[in-house]
Amino acid sequence: MSSANLTEQYYDLHEHAHPDGYSTTLGFWIYLMSDCLIFGMLFATYAVLGGNYAGGPAPKDLFELPLVALNTSLLLFSSITYGFAMIAMQNGNKKGLTAWLLLTLMFGLGFLSIELFEFHNLIEEGAGPQRSAFLSAFFTLVGTHGLHVTFGSIWLVTLLFQVNKHGLTDANKRRLSCLSLFWHFLDVVWIGVFTFVYLMGVLR
Amino acid sequence: MIPTHSNWTPLLGRLGADAIPTEPIVLVTFAAVALGGAALVAALTYFRLWGYLWKEWFTSVDHKKIGIMYMILGLVMFLRGFADAIMIRSQQALGFGGSDGYLNSHHFDQVFTAHGVIMIFFVAMPFVTGLMNYVVPLQIGARDVSFPFLNNFSFWMTAGGAVLVMASLFIGEFARTGWLAYPPLSGLAYSPDVGVDYYIWSLQVAGVGTTLSGVNLIATIVKLRAPGMKLMHMPVFTWTALVTNILIVAVFPVLTVVLALLGLDRVFHTNFFTNDFGGSPMLYVNLIWIWGHPEVYILVLPIFGVFSEVVSTFCSKRLFGYSSMVYATCVIGILSYIVWLHHFFTMGSGASVNSFFGISTMVISIPTGAKLFNWLFTMFRGRIRYELPMMWTVAFMLTFTIGGMTGVMMAVPAADFVLHNSLFLIAHFHNVIIGGVVWGVFAAINYWWPKAFGFKLNQFWGKVSFWCWVPGFWLAFTPLYILGLMGVTRRMRVFDASFDPLRIYYFVALLGALLIAAGIGAMLVQFAVSIWKREEYKDVSGDPWGGRTLEWATSSPPPEYNFAFTPKIHDIDAWADMKAKGVARPVEGFQAILMPQGTWAGIVLAGISTVCGFALIWQVWWLAIASFVTVVATAIFHTFNYDRNFYIPADHVAEVEAARTAQLAALEKGAA
Amino acid sequence: MGQYVQSRSYIDTPTRTGMSKRNPNPLRHAGRLGLIALIASLSACDPVVLNPAGDIAKQEASLVVTATLLMLLIIVPVMALTVYFAWKYRASAEARYEPEWHHSTQLELVIWAAPLAIIIALGSLTWVTTHTLDPFRPVARIAEGKPLPADVKPLEVEVVALDWKWLFIYPEQKIATVNELALPVDRPINFKITASSVMNSFYIPALAGQIYAMPAMTSQMHAVLNKTGTFTGFSANYSGAGFSHMRFTTLGMKAGDFDAWAAKVAKGEAGDNAGALDANAYLKLEQPSEKEPVHRFASVSGDLFHKIVNLCVRPGKMCQNEMMALDARGGAGKAGIYNVAAVTYDKYGRESTVPVVAGRDNVPAEARNKAFVRAICVPQGVANPLPADRAAAAAKLSLASPARNPLS
Repeated sequence: MSSANLTEQYYDLHEHAHPDGYSTTLGFWIYLMSDCLIFGMLFATYAVLGGNYAGGPAPKDLFELPLVALNTSLLLFSSITYGFAMIAMQNGNKKGLTAWLLLTLMFGLGFLSIELFEFHNLIEEGAGPQRSAFLSAFFTLVGTHGLHVTFGSIWLVTLLFQVNKHGLTDANKRRLSCLSLFWHFLDVVWIGVFTFVYLMGVLR
Repeated sequence: MIPTHSNWTPLLGRLGADAIPTEPIVLVTFAAVALGGAALVAALTYFRLWGYLWKEWFTSVDHKKIGIMYMILGLVMFLRGFADAIMIRSQQALGFGGSDGYLNSHHFDQVFTAHGVIMIFFVAMPFVTGLMNYVVPLQIGARDVSFPFLNNFSFWMTAGGAVLVMASLFIGEFARTGWLAYPPLSGLAYSPDVGVDYYIWSLQVAGVGTTLSGVNLIATIVKLRAPGMKLMHMPVFTWTALVTNILIVAVFPVLTVVLALLGLDRVFHTNFFTNDFGGSPMLYVNLIWIWGHPEVYILVLPIFGVFSEVVSTFCSKRLFGYSSMVYATCVIGILSYIVWLHHFFTMGSGASVNSFFGISTMVISIPTGAKLFNWLFTMFRGRIRYELPMMWTVAFMLTFTIGGMTGVMMAVPAADFVLHNSLFLIAHFHNVIIGGVVWGVFAAINYWWPKAFGFKLNQFWGKVSFWCWVPGFWLAFTPLYILGLMGVTRRMRVFDASFDPLRIYYFVALLGALLIAAGIGAMLVQFAVSIWKREEYKDVSGDPWGGRTLEWATSSPPPEYNFAFTPKIHDIDAWADMKAKGVARPVEGFQAILMPQGTWAGIVLAGISTVCGFALIWQVWWLAIASFVTVVATAIFHTFNYDRNFYIPADHVAEVEAARTAQLAALEKGAA
Repeated sequence: MGQYVQSRSYIDTPTRTGMSKRNPNPLRHAGRLGLIALIASLSACDPVVLNPAGDIAKQEASLVVTATLLMLLIIVPVMALTVYFAWKYRASAEARYEPEWHHSTQLELVIWAAPLAIIIALGSLTWVTTHTLDPFRPVARIAEGKPLPADVKPLEVEVVALDWKWLFIYPEQKIATVNELALPVDRPINFKITASSVMNSFYIPALAGQIYAMPAMTSQMHAVLNKTGTFTGFSANYSGAGFSHMRFTTLGMKAGDFDAWAAKVAKGEAGDNAGALDANAYLKLEQPSEKEPVHRFASVSGDLFHKIVNLCVRPGKMCQNEMMALDARGGAGKAGIYNVAAVTYDKYGRESTVPVVAGRDNVPAEARNKAFVRAICVPQGVANPLPADRAAAAAKLSLASPARNPLS
């Protein structure tokens, strides 16, 4: 074999650079898994401490299921609307995308407001995170989820601006898909919270 | 809702005049650091280096420069951590016969806590991360990591955590709890001061960096391997890096959570780990060790990778049992999750639980043993060149074996009951961490230094360092093994009269520590001499050791784009394969190369995050909120920058490569 | 006085102190493989861990040695081969060189199987010994070849790790001591162990392996001492400023001597008599102190240990066991929210309102405003610290009943 052939065989002489954002989806998935572990640990903590009321109130004394049901439906709907936003994005429909994203944001903010309202009521009643290990674990788990939704909302607003400014570029599409993953991920986590903390808590 | 504090003010939080320490040792240290720092700043200003540093280093996204910065951070913190070690050893040698030594408990308890925290989080971690950062992209034939900006940010977050630890020396105090800060002792009730808050926030800030760096390197290894490089073609160091970073991503979130919960207990008076109100301190102990045990493997696995590279290079021989090495690495990674309870057999879990964790711990020694045998049989019928990296490797093989054995001894629960928390334990983990991680880092530094800087390290001073370190280590820790078997426990500050016959052991241990100090000194001299005589030690070949993996295929130091043409891989040890086949380096047809652009965002974001951490420690709420909002705003602002890459023009690549061609030609001529 | 306060000898030997009496004959050890150096240097100093005075510790020591020897089976050849290969295949020796040899299935089999075999042996040993030497399990014999007498009645000792001293309660004898533990030899001893504030580890190397002492929890240890003499015990888990001095003397006595000692303490004649140990005396004792001398309490309240474990020595506090029972029944509802009172509760003052240690009264107030859950039935004479409206809410507690303890 000639030397040039060997070189050709061992070096990529006509290389094309990796496209921008080549690793982004994988990287974001890995990040989500680490975030998932954060929730996993908080769930585990709740599982260990959730029955320690310290002679104080228990879930059945505190949780108002209708409110939580409303909250849950808001978040579930926000996932659906985000789905429609992604369809609009695939179709290159910038206006539709913006509208669906705004709707998603509304649902997200609604969810946050109800959660804050619930927290406020609990603390007002004296059932704040200090009262017992159960309440510490409850506020932390639900609050961490709420913080995630907050940051998701901030991110969503940012993307609205960026889509508005730069249009549906590849970079923006990639960012929208990442947020989509993030948003649905939060939905899945919430289903865990709803079942494990609220429903099973009231049943206990 | 946040409970107020008696001496809290809105403007400065808990920060007051009493935050300035009055201990003379700390004051002298502070003066020295202040003077040294001022001199450094003055020198940098005088030589007009600020712009250069900012442009070429601080804002650089080049994985090689970031790797070097990690190593420098590790080295600086190593000196601090070692100063703590000397203080521990000398206090324990002095605190006999009614003497109180020279450190009171307030100071001593901070010193041993800081020693552990610094050595693990700010020495071993930066060293290991730095090595992976520098070497992995080169070994897989990539131009940089997957997320170069994140890489820069990760580094500065680690540095920010280190800054917070150092700040605790001069403003306030550090934790007095031991390096894992078990509650209830670390809870608000028993540690009301800022020490534990420094602990929590320095680790949180650094932890963000570590986790992101883990994500980054996994993505890099999975996505950016050179064409043809199957997983089972990857160099062993890259393999260990992959497993390590998976471990990082899988366990650092646990640390984040457990420290956050402890922080909530301390700031918001929640009851996760309190004695009363349904809290459970044992939950903390479990959670922190679920992070803590894999952490040990996070440190040592890449080092196993280093030794694998070094052994096969300096035995001039392909590594024995490549695939069993890879499987062993993966098995260790998986098993490291199911052994955490062996750190507290004495906490009263049932016999069956203890047995399970004891036996699973022992099982790890099987793949570890297999690794050792693989290195051994790589030496078999090899042609061993005793350069410094190989010397460290042999020292490691002999030392680590003992450390492994004493570790398995303590994995037997009933044996652990008599050895737990004793100096035997201290000797054991120093045996594996110094004899494994630290010496592995030294091997790696000596091995890859010529790659990073284009000249070899001085051998004489390297050998002096080696011959101080190895006997020094055994002198320092054999007495601790013996003391442990006499039932002496760890973290003692003073010793009553009954200890008098044992004083000699502490003296010998101090002597050993001083010998190690000499070894560190010799190493610094080695660096200085080598830099001074860099022309003499120059290596233009790019492959001074007869290397086998891709990093040796490019020049030393490599150009910013690493490879003008990405190599195609056909076998394990790609570079050895190319050399054997006589593949000629391409010298024409260069293309423009797309590279990531440096950015200010990493250092700025990390800097403000560090300020935020400081504000949280002192409960300066306005500053914490302001800095946090600034971080978020800055991050958002940064996302508006879409233009993060640039092309290195083909002409420039051609120019650099032509110079390299000329260099190699001259070398060949000289050889002929 | 001070008859039982012997000088604490670190080197725990039943019959002698000092290190040179049993000068080992180096030749005796020369034949032992592997452990030679270690054992030789150790035997000069009598390492208590490997040469203890209690049967449990003895079994643990022999386990340490067995495990070591078992591992040396593989460690020694590996180290020897390392040195041999490192020397034989050095470049200048020009030994046989096979750069392409990198695989051998047989060899791979051996290098995985050999450690596996050792670990199977060690693992079985682990399973068995972890169960037989479980500190929670009653001892099965007095010593090797000395079975448990049929009518044996173990001695009960309740151990409390305080900051920074040890309290020992003898419920049978109704006496208590601080920093001194007297034990009869050849009689099983059941320790119940807890701590007042932070984690400690209860360890008497001569007697048996350690176990953690943790607040609001009880751990157990079953052991037996076989030799008379003076031994050392201490906390093996760092617990704060006074940790280094958290040590106590363990006295091994013949059964008769022990009974005489206990009777003397009960009569207040044993020296360092500190009177009765009731809740008040305990709360005072619990204050952090360093280098605490030996105290001997002639009497002790029967339920003191129970209250210490349940964090309710202080009158008016709800005991943890009651709290847990209440929680198991679904908590105390919203009314329970206000059943909380504040107490000074911090590192320096522990549970008292008075800072006891001089110079430590500048403790940040936040550390003192720690709350506790009030007992549902509050003894008379304990002021109700709740504001009026909240007290009214708490009074509505369905479980509240002033006449009895609802959970008993």
